[in-house]
Amino acid sequence: MNTSLSWIKMYVPELDATAQEYTDAMTLSGTKVEGFEILDKDLSRIVIGQIRKIERHPDADKLLICQVDVGSEVIQIVTGAPNVKEGQKVPVVLDGGKVAGGHDGKKTPGGITIRNGKLRGVESFGMMCSIEELGSSREMYPEAPEEGIYIFPEDAVVGENAVHALGLDDTVIEYEITSNRVDCYGVLGIAREAAATFNKKFVPPVVKKTGNGEDVNDYIKVTVKDPDLCPRYTARVVKNVKIGPSPKWMQRCLAANGIRPINNLVDITNYVMEEYGQPMHAYDLDTIAGREIIVRRAVDGEKFVTLDGQERSVDSSVLMICDGEKAVGIAGIMGGENSMITDDVRTVLFESANFNGPNIRLSAKKIGLRTDASGKFEKGLDPNNASAAIDRACQLMEELGAGEVVGGMVDVCQETRQPSRVKLEPEKINALLGTDLSTEEMLGYLARVELTLDEATGEIVAPTFRQDIHCLVDLAEEVARFYGYDRIPMTLPTGEATTGKLPFKLRIETIARDIAEYCGFSEGMTYSFESPKVFEKLLLPEDSPLRQAIVISNPLGEDYSIMRTTTLNGMLTSLATNYNRRNKDVRLYEMGNVYLPKALPLTELPDERTMFTLGMYGKGDFFEMKGVLEEFFEKIGMKEKPEYRPGSRPFLHPGRQASVFYKGKPVAFLGEVHPEVADTYGIGEKAYIAVVDIKDVLEFAGFAHKYTGIARYPAVTRDLSMLVPKSVTAGQIEAVLIQRGGKILESYELFDIYEGAQIMQGFKSMAYSLVFRHKEKTLEESEITGVMNKILNGLESLGITLRS
Amino acid sequence: MNMKERLQELQEAARRQIQESGQPEKLNDVRVAFLGKKGELTSILKSMKDVAPEDRPKVGQMVNEVRSQIEEMLEECKTRLDAKMREEKMKAEYIDVTLPAKKSRIGHRHPNTIALEEVERIFIGMGYEVVEGPEVEYADYNFTKLNIPEDHPARDEQDTFFINDSILLRSQTSPVQARTMEQGKLPIRMIAPGRVFRSDEVDATHSPSFHQIEGLVIDRNITFADLKGTLQEFARELFGPETKTKFRPHHFPFTEPSAEVDVSCFKCGGEGCRFCKGSGWIEILGCGMVHPNVLRMCGIDPEEYTGFAFGVGLERIALLKYEIDDMRLLYENDARFLKQF
Repeated sequence: MNTSLSWIKMYVPELDATAQEYTDAMTLSGTKVEGFEILDKDLSRIVIGQIRKIERHPDADKLLICQVDVGSEVIQIVTGAPNVKEGQKVPVVLDGGKVAGGHDGKKTPGGITIRNGKLRGVESFGMMCSIEELGSSREMYPEAPEEGIYIFPEDAVVGENAVHALGLDDTVIEYEITSNRVDCYGVLGIAREAAATFNKKFVPPVVKKTGNGEDVNDYIKVTVKDPDLCPRYTARVVKNVKIGPSPKWMQRCLAANGIRPINNLVDITNYVMEEYGQPMHAYDLDTIAGREIIVRRAVDGEKFVTLDGQERSVDSSVLMICDGEKAVGIAGIMGGENSMITDDVRTVLFESANFNGPNIRLSAKKIGLRTDASGKFEKGLDPNNASAAIDRACQLMEELGAGEVVGGMVDVCQETRQPSRVKLEPEKINALLGTDLSTEEMLGYLARVELTLDEATGEIVAPTFRQDIHCLVDLAEEVARFYGYDRIPMTLPTGEATTGKLPFKLRIETIARDIAEYCGFSEGMTYSFESPKVFEKLLLPEDSPLRQAIVISNPLGEDYSIMRTTTLNGMLTSLATNYNRRNKDVRLYEMGNVYLPKALPLTELPDERTMFTLGMYGKGDFFEMKGVLEEFFEKIGMKEKPEYRPGSRPFLHPGRQASVFYKGKPVAFLGEVHPEVADTYGIGEKAYIAVVDIKDVLEFAGFAHKYTGIARYPAVTRDLSMLVPKSVTAGQIEAVLIQRGGKILESYELFDIYEGAQIMQGFKSMAYSLVFRHKEKTLEESEITGVMNKILNGLESLGITLRS
Repeated sequence: MNMKERLQELQEAARRQIQESGQPEKLNDVRVAFLGKKGELTSILKSMKDVAPEDRPKVGQMVNEVRSQIEEMLEECKTRLDAKMREEKMKAEYIDVTLPAKKSRIGHRHPNTIALEEVERIFIGMGYEVVEGPEVEYADYNFTKLNIPEDHPARDEQDTFFINDSILLRSQTSPVQARTMEQGKLPIRMIAPGRVFRSDEVDATHSPSFHQIEGLVIDRNITFADLKGTLQEFARELFGPETKTKFRPHHFPFTEPSAEVDVSCFKCGGEGCRFCKGSGWIEILGCGMVHPNVLRMCGIDPEEYTGFAFGVGLERIALLKYEIDDMRLLYENDARFLKQF
């Protein structure tokens, strides 16, 4: 919300602070100032001048030479403006003065300095300016000409400060109002806060009784059919309306708030809306059929043309304002074209109502039309404010001579809000804040914002506009705000000591990160939601359980519409981004969740599983990826050998993938990305992926270590060079080695594998080095030979022969 | 020439040859020539039979002296020559130390994680436990139990992604507060980092998915002053010991009183720069005293217990600390970006 500082000062006349001081103090007391604009910061030496004489420029058709009286002297100014006439009063920048920008409305930071000079050989001593050059616009100064110099009214005083005369010697403050402070959506609310902050007197407008001897009930009848959506509806009538411009001070106020001045009637409703935070509406009473207002829900499918000329479709959840025959407005959102005020209006019906906030919010959303009014109503306004605002509007109508106010007010009120009462317990407030304030001091702070003590009950009574005061902590905040958050001491919690810790799962994840990084993988992060198209990209069959994804009902777009069931797409997309940018040898990992629904549509929360995903292209192969997994498993205490079974995941190369089992349970998978999938993503090299389900490894992980003693007896090494049928895997051979090698086989290592010319068709050459050692003695040759023979027998049954 | 003179001559000859030897091998030749079985000194010893018996002990002593002198000279020369040889060898082994290092290409943590681990370290040190909560969450936890009832405007303000009426993508980490309190174990000192979601279009400063770190302390006698002190400690640890904090009143439905916290700009120290947009302060978190309604809804008696809560945007800290100017970089995973951390 934007408001000029001068408007605030109308209610806090003693307020004396620079824009910066005001900003800092208001922000610290809870009315956050987002920024401010000093309207005349780039304006200087600008006075009101009067054009005495105009002559043509001898050498330029479009230039005029004006003699301008600026009070102290008459100066010559050459201008190209099309609208100047003798006798006009205009803003004049004197030599060395500054304007804010050009007449195209573009502002120049720091302003533009105007100097005496010659225009086509004729001397010019200053410049006459347009409203744009003064840093404003026709939006805010509707009386300014479309093109050319701003013209002051005749009563302007020559030689006076033009910036002041225009009201540009002001500062517009932009506030961020929190949703609980509905009262601060009105200037009065902010002014009350300003007065409290600076501890100055708050002087709200005095609203006098208005109205002639007539009775408004003779003009209009109001029926509220849906009181749940309309707790209060007040109406007043003004007759003999004279439409004309509103006074300059009102225009200035509205302009600073970003509202374009239109005419006295519209400006008054807007002014009161801004001042009280209570939206108002004005109808041409002569367009109201049957001279009655009926507030009712719309009929499903009802069509209505709002005053912006748009046809809107409404349903029965939307509240309408109707006359005896038809709808004339969408309650709290926008009036209808059919009851719009025109310049010929004679009798005006003012409406100041209170509508159900959530309903207005939902209706505005449904219709797709959010207005200043609905933005205020949806916060839930104080019904008591409705009558205050309508009386204020009538007062302004009377004061500005805009019409004759009819006596009385129609007030259909279902709900009179009572002030809330909260027992003041100063010791509890001190205990909550960590302060030691006296009751008197607290009462002083509370009184600044009209929170007063009922001495009979010991309760603080909050005015109805303070809808945020319900319980003691709310009072504590008020006290803290005006005592000053910055004055509250800083302490650390005492009491029972607690142990700081990272849970086991997160410790395992930290180790995973460390291992991945040691192995050259950098951490990436990708979104949790993605496009349903990824199923096709990953070649998932129709019946794949991974297609059972949770759908977001209001996604940002299809590309972000489902919750991922696999981390593959994120990883492949990241690899592709890197490949596309010609980054070489990229290795990435991610620690992120997948969301597996227990049933669809979702009735309970899904299983969220953290996946440790590794991906790479460039240097490295399947076995290097396998190595990363094993390093991780070993580091988290999974010291047994994992089992690798060929897998059948559709997005991986059918011959180059494995499911990883630990103690018989699946814990991970890895493989080369299917060439077609790699193609789809645009990764032009072999890419490898590994995925560990962190929850699956948790049951095996642990940090227990046990020392087993360093062997003291010598080891004996035997090499096995074998001719192995191609179909036999290293896993099968190693199973034989382990099983038959028994306790004395300390370790084994594959040191050579070869297929090719020298090897028989259908076979491969494999060579293992076996290390034997006994824990308690030196091995004898016969023992080793015995075990070797057992191993050889076992290998023979796999069709393996020794190479000579 | 008497024996003494012969021996002196011999010693002198040995000294010369040793000095001239220049190489360890030649030194060995000298040793053999003088001290070897057929060496000169040996032959002198052999000629002892020609010496008068009464002179023999004296001559023997002289011979031994010369022998040990020669040996000493040999030893000394050998040490010197070895050192010289090593010196020369090393000279030849000179390497260009500016040639590139051989590295094992260690990977890099994501800036978010670096910032998170930093925050976790600080709070674990203060006795906080790290807690996780679901990212797909019940509306009840995300809103209702946080004092945001059904028709509260905050439900709209946060632009929440919904799965259905009762299940959504959490728009804040605050539901973990309610979940932790409901477990009923007191006192509570926890932080809950994690992903949150809001329907913001992707741009340099917005992402529909980002991270928050929630903090919650519930105990007897917890005060707003404790909240201030704790966050001041946190800010100093995270941004440096000179860091100051500023608490501004604010509104959150689940805390009262509430505050937003600014820290003095850690780039300019508060003088005003482009990071703090000239203000000298940077907004980093929201916080407040846990609202008694929230305590009550989560089964904690607000008459007995009080507490404070805070929420920090992780990306905000990472972007600020590491001077990252575009949030999209965090989710692109360009290796050239990641390896800077």
